[in-house]
Amino acid sequence: MSNNEKKTKKKQFRNIRIDQILSYRLPAAGIMSILHRVSGAGLFLMLPFLIYLLHLSLKSPLGFAKISEIISNPFVFLVVSGIIWAVIHHFLAGIRHLLLDLHIGLSNQSTTRWGFSITSLAITLSVISWLGLFDSIFT
Amino acid sequence: MTQNKSIFLLKKIVDIAHFGFRDWVAQRVSAIILATYTIVFVFALIILRNEGYAGWSDLFRHPLMKFSSLLAVLALCYHAWVGVRDIWMDYIKPVALRLSLQVFSILWLVACGLWAIIILWRV
Repeated sequence: MSNNEKKTKKKQFRNIRIDQILSYRLPAAGIMSILHRVSGAGLFLMLPFLIYLLHLSLKSPLGFAKISEIISNPFVFLVVSGIIWAVIHHFLAGIRHLLLDLHIGLSNQSTTRWGFSITSLAITLSVISWLGLFDSIFT
Repeated sequence: MTQNKSIFLLKKIVDIAHFGFRDWVAQRVSAIILATYTIVFVFALIILRNEGYAGWSDLFRHPLMKFSSLLAVLALCYHAWVGVRDIWMDYIKPVALRLSLQVFSILWLVACGLWAIIILWRV
């Protein structure tokens, strides 16, 4: 942090208000962490939809076939893509938080590196999954 | 370090209802259960992708899978409850609104959990 202390003109934030959120540059670990919370909240709200899909998949061959029909709707495809990202990000960031509990990677540099790596790995895996889903639904 | 002391302080000051530490542990235990189940679930999706309904429903008829799924549902409900409750506690200050949202979350999760258990039961 000695670097930051030298920049005396650096903008100070204390208990930021809602309108300051966009001008506040969150560190990479903070971005990972808030996305962990956002993805968790999203999955909480999507639970009934996911359970409905489970219900269809186990009810009958007809219900099973109906799932691809539902997901082939562009809006639903977008929602499912979001859910896929949320699961992957929540999973990876969750493991990172468990590692924090074990005191692994606590230095300033490594939290930044971890935060950046986890966030981008989640996006990369999501893109691969989206392509796979797109392929199995639309082709 | 002074971990015992800080846990004691946490209980004294923050955690009036004494659920903090237990929930902290439950959050981690359920996370490990869910992470393991997620890996199994994704592998099943990949392996059974061409097997259709028969392969998929056979998997969920297996007693071991039934038990794991049931465990995962319970872990998910508790895990989501702790997470969502933390969100309300962090952002919602008015007590009445916070309490209403917490009650709504509990009902939401109990309903989802029961529905999922019924589905798994009937396979």
